[in-house]
Amino acid sequence: MNRMFAIIEREMRKFFRSPTLMIMSLMMPILQLLIMGNAFGGKIVGARVAVVDYDHGPEAVKIREGFDAIAVNIKTFKTVEYTDENLAREDVRTGRIDGAVIIPVQYSRRVYAQEEPRLGFVVDNSDLFTSGTLESEMQALVTALTSPIIQPRLANTIALEIVELYPYVNYMKFLLPACVALAMYISVMIGGGMLYIDDKARGVHEGYLVTPITRLELVFGMNIAGAIKAVLSGICLTVIGSLMAGLGVIFNPWADLEILCLIVATSIAFNGMMFLMMVRVDDPLVPRAMFGVLNLLLFYPSGAMYPITAFPAWLRALSIVDPFTYCVHGFKSVLLKDGGFVAIRFDLLFLFVFGIGTLLCATPLFKRTL
Amino acid sequence: MNADSANGPRGDLPAAIEVKNIVKRYGTFEAVKGVSFSVQDGEIFGLLGPNGAGKSTLIRMMTTLVPITEGQAIIAGHNVSKEPDEVRGMIGVIPQALTSDPDLTVEENLNIYAKLYGVGKAERIRNIADVLEAVDLVKWRGAQVKTLSGGMRRRVEIARGLVHNPKIFFLDEPTTGLDPVSRIAVWEMLDNLRKTRHLTMLLTTHYMEEADKLCDRIAIVDHGTLVALGTPVELKRGVPGANVVEVHFDRETPEWKGRLEGLDGVTSVQAESAGFYRVLTSSGSKTTMQLVELAASLGETLTSLSVQNTTLDDVFVHYTGRQLRDEQVKPEKFKMPPRPGEQS
Repeated sequence: MNRMFAIIEREMRKFFRSPTLMIMSLMMPILQLLIMGNAFGGKIVGARVAVVDYDHGPEAVKIREGFDAIAVNIKTFKTVEYTDENLAREDVRTGRIDGAVIIPVQYSRRVYAQEEPRLGFVVDNSDLFTSGTLESEMQALVTALTSPIIQPRLANTIALEIVELYPYVNYMKFLLPACVALAMYISVMIGGGMLYIDDKARGVHEGYLVTPITRLELVFGMNIAGAIKAVLSGICLTVIGSLMAGLGVIFNPWADLEILCLIVATSIAFNGMMFLMMVRVDDPLVPRAMFGVLNLLLFYPSGAMYPITAFPAWLRALSIVDPFTYCVHGFKSVLLKDGGFVAIRFDLLFLFVFGIGTLLCATPLFKRTL
Repeated sequence: MNADSANGPRGDLPAAIEVKNIVKRYGTFEAVKGVSFSVQDGEIFGLLGPNGAGKSTLIRMMTTLVPITEGQAIIAGHNVSKEPDEVRGMIGVIPQALTSDPDLTVEENLNIYAKLYGVGKAERIRNIADVLEAVDLVKWRGAQVKTLSGGMRRRVEIARGLVHNPKIFFLDEPTTGLDPVSRIAVWEMLDNLRKTRHLTMLLTTHYMEEADKLCDRIAIVDHGTLVALGTPVELKRGVPGANVVEVHFDRETPEWKGRLEGLDGVTSVQAESAGFYRVLTSSGSKTTMQLVELAASLGETLTSLSVQNTTLDDVFVHYTGRQLRDEQVKPEKFKMPPRPGEQS
């Protein structure tokens, strides 16, 4: 047992002597949270929409007042005056403006005469997000203009009452569970994968192998040390990320316990998986080459960025065996929903079983000789 | 090779290392082919051989790092194949590469290895103090290994191998990459350790001078077999010609080699370069006189003339030949390039 602790001691001393390594394993997930959280989480603001008014009647004025209200309040877009429809369309094509509203001749008269009045809206649908936002704003405006001024005494339409269970989840909060998982993955990849193979190539393992340490002590020593490093990364990222994203759940001790259990289970699972993959590798280039491939293969099918229900069957099958899936699900349940142990019990079970299972598979593959 | 040499100079003492018909095969390639020798308690035994001769494989088999294909190795009374843990507890091993952790201090490295060997706390503290004293690194105990020079790092490795008080010490090229001053310091240290700790040592080396100075007996290994075994004196005596005369003539003529071979007592003549010959002879002084007379009678000028005793270099060349060897005996695993400042 003391021999196993000697291996852990050596690994931890090395870890704390190399702050660069620790910082770099946290840097990417923090940057991802900061940059992607802000870049993807925002609403469209300040788009430019051309107004080509061939009518100039009272109903056209009503529309323009609606545009002014949007520009002042929600600020999704502001309007630019155009006199030529063709020029406006060309400017949408070249990207000088984001859309163009055409108010045709006789528009006001058609409204009053109820002769199917129409408005034209030119959008650049190569940018789905911007065009979708502008379309929905315009649709809301048109619906408001169409609704009767005097409401009927009895509502005859079906109303959908939406109940949101949780407070507003912005993109940064949504991204946090994925970033915590990523931080632990990077820590395991560097601390458990790359350093393990580098030590092997430098002959450090040769030094261990001539001592009376048993195979089990060596394997568990290295894996426990790797898991401790990943736990430290996970804790750091959860605290820093929660503060950045404004999640107060970390101040709840019960939730902290759930988070800690998830971090420990994830670290064991990631470490076991990494050890199984690296146990017979000798070339230090292998873990470096695998880093990106594994990240792609494990991170994206986990539902961290897009719901698993939208995946094709083969990708859904991959997500079922992917430990990232359970880690991300567990963290979402605790950090965003405060779902308690009931919500994460299956995630914990899978991660522990996966970690111990991979470690048990890797142990006989570990060679006690060169 | 005689029976006395194979069993050691003091046949009455117990053998610390006994290797019997040891074989190592990698697929169809036989890296070590039935080598046998024994090393007596307290002896320093050298393994010499060209690159790829099988020295490191031999040492790795004896230190439990590589499984033995055939034959057996008994280390301190324990069979390497059957009782590897007992063997590991009895031996200290200094591998070829510098494997102490550069980020850890000297003391931390020793402490961790003492724990790996299962040394108790009180004994650990005492042993670390002792070995630091023995390798003269007391004042560097708190320094990170990466801040030390190559020679000091090698001393850390030696201290690391001794921290559990082993009976037998294996050193794989302990002075490779060191400057001459550091090399001599390591030799002196090893000699002192042998005397003060009654250690049996087995070392591999490329340096003939090192083997000559340190080793009680030397085995020369080539192509996986033992080609010579004996004390340095015995090995030198075994080479035809007791002296080497190096002669440099002013000009080269094709007749020189034949004329030199015809001199009394000359056993062989090696042409080194134009006009430069190494002459192995049973009598250095007699051959020197004859050479001077021969040159004078032919009206030739001698540029230089020197006489020396047979060295281990001559023994080595005699047994292993002069051709360059293909170093790769089996597909090499990838080796990490050394860190800046690290010894290769």
